Amino acid sequence: MRLSSLLGACALVALGATAAQAGPTLDAVKQKGFVQCGTNVSGLPGFASVNNENQWSGLDIDLCKAVAVALFNDPNAVKYTPLNAKERFTALQSGQIDILSRNTTNTLSRDTALGLDFPVINYYDGQGFMAKKALGVQSALELDGASVCVQAGTTTELNLADFFRANNMNYQGVVFENNDEVLAAYDSGRCDVLTTDASGLYSTRTKLQNPDDHMVLPEIISKEPLGPAVRHGDNEWADIVRWSFYAMVQAEEFGITSENVEQIAEETQNPDIQRFLGKLDELGAGVGLPNDFAVQIVKQIGNYGESFERNVGMGSTLKIERGLNALWTDGGLQYAMPFR
Amino acid sequence: MATDIAPHATAAELPPPRTSVGPLAWLKQNLFATPKDTVLTILVVLFLLWVVPPLLRWAIFDATISGTTRDVCTFDGACWTVIKMRFGQLIYGLYPPEARWRVNLMAVLVVLSLVPLFLPWLKQKLLYGAGVLIVMPIVASLILEGGWGGLQQVETNLWGGLFLTLLISFVGIAASLPIGILLALGRRSNMPIIKALCVTLIEIVRGVPLITVLFMASVMLPLFFPPGWSIDKLTRALIGVSIFSGAYMAEVIRGGLQAIPKGQYEAANAMGLSYWQSMGLIILPQALRLVIPGIVNTFIGLFKDTSLVLIMGLYDLLGIARMIVASPEWLGRSIETYVAAGFGFWIFCYAMSRYSQRLERKLHTGHKH
Repeated sequence: MRLSSLLGACALVALGATAAQAGPTLDAVKQKGFVQCGTNVSGLPGFASVNNENQWSGLDIDLCKAVAVALFNDPNAVKYTPLNAKERFTALQSGQIDILSRNTTNTLSRDTALGLDFPVINYYDGQGFMAKKALGVQSALELDGASVCVQAGTTTELNLADFFRANNMNYQGVVFENNDEVLAAYDSGRCDVLTTDASGLYSTRTKLQNPDDHMVLPEIISKEPLGPAVRHGDNEWADIVRWSFYAMVQAEEFGITSENVEQIAEETQNPDIQRFLGKLDELGAGVGLPNDFAVQIVKQIGNYGESFERNVGMGSTLKIERGLNALWTDGGLQYAMPFR
Repeated sequence: MATDIAPHATAAELPPPRTSVGPLAWLKQNLFATPKDTVLTILVVLFLLWVVPPLLRWAIFDATISGTTRDVCTFDGACWTVIKMRFGQLIYGLYPPEARWRVNLMAVLVVLSLVPLFLPWLKQKLLYGAGVLIVMPIVASLILEGGWGGLQQVETNLWGGLFLTLLISFVGIAASLPIGILLALGRRSNMPIIKALCVTLIEIVRGVPLITVLFMASVMLPLFFPPGWSIDKLTRALIGVSIFSGAYMAEVIRGGLQAIPKGQYEAANAMGLSYWQSMGLIILPQALRLVIPGIVNTFIGLFKDTSLVLIMGLYDLLGIARMIVASPEWLGRSIETYVAAGFGFWIFCYAMSRYSQRLERKLHTGHKH
């Protein structure tokens, strides 16, 4: 009896059926007064972790907080549900959480068959390589015959195989169950190169005894656009997540920071900025938010650049460069749709 | 004719030869008795010299515990600062610091409630134990979860650390013994339906790893609930763990039941005792006594298995250690954190094992006589 019901469940998931559609998320969230945010259970440095004071922080956490500020003008109106990679989608489908903000890659199958929607991309990641400087390698294309430490059962492993085959090179994979083992093996010289997502490479490098003896190679061999996910079909809610994030990006583009946002809101004569900060027109109403939601988000969370530097950039231990995550005006991919 | 017999005098007692007492003799007897022993001793000493000094250097002499950030630490020695700063999280998880006294209070209550079980003059121990088993979970949820009479509500997803590990083990251990006894008796019962049910349950549960049971409880179960309605994650974990350890316990106890000679069963029947009387008074006291090592083994295994609840997103001792390792403030201090968590597990497992040895000696279960 139990077995048969379990088999039934497997079949459901295999077919990609979206069980239990929760009603309009926005109404439910407004009624309960907080946003239920799915995060990474074992933490990911810079993206989601708990600090000394028991508080969640990170780039993914800031996104949940931004939504909470937009809705309730309170960054603490968020409750966190730690999820692992396997249960994260079920948690969203079954209505346990409202936003899945857990370094999740946007792919076709997740967007469609799993019944998810990815309103925005808050971090453009990609798989890269780290090698010892002593190896004398300048590019991943010189890695023919190298031994590569990699984590088992991830897309990382598949991308690695694809990359080497596409470039007609050989490699010897040294596979481990978790990231700490991969690092230990690399550090003790069991492999020449270590591969994982670029964001992970930087945090991994800071764990090494002499970070300066190692370099991240310039090639990025896969696309890993990470972003928050919401349930498919609840467009009103997806809009709120989307424009809460765009407010952060747009603020950076305008040069508006948490420090100067109130001053600019008072003084600016630029109609674009006036509209963005809710001084002109009624843009907030269109999304179902207070008209000054962008002001509050920037004031309480900061613009995208501030959030980035604080959590993963130069202001943190990770020291990740903006790269693809720079604004489009600086040669990156972060681009907010116009606020008008 | 008088014979002079010299008065009997005892020769002065000589000290035993220097080769059979004292530290030298001990060394000779225990470490250098034969050439083989000598070689082994030298090898072991060399091994210890190779391993221990670097370990001590890392753990104590070159270690850092002052300061409040990772910057004070070097890579030459351990950085116990992380443990100092995150000690509260390792013990209580994300339980709000201002409410941690409630966890302490609960721990005191649990210990106090166990005291009467060790009082020799308390006759109704079974009744008392059953009472505790029923009352305690209610008290625990009232105190720990709160949300009444001005107590701040602390949701179960904030519970964690050593506290959660102990909570799950306590519930698992407390529930597994009664469940195990009932299943074991059911499996040996003459009633076909009960027997079939018990055998099926035991074999299904034993045929599946705990991680699968927990995984099903966390991933599959929510899909069957109506939207917005769910059983608390921790409750699901507790039920899973209890059933799982109950099935294992059943087999351990069945081993004890089978070891009781048939004569005991027949004697109990001949006395006119009912089934429950004969089990409760004659068979089970002997059977359980026989399988104490097996029972404690199951307990210890269960205690360590609790770290699998991490896959449900619950922060047990190991889970919170992993979370600490992932925080940017303490990047690269994973060894210290894992060592601390491992030490926590070891303390409790070792204590359980010592307690079981004491229990065996007290109940004379070994066939020493």
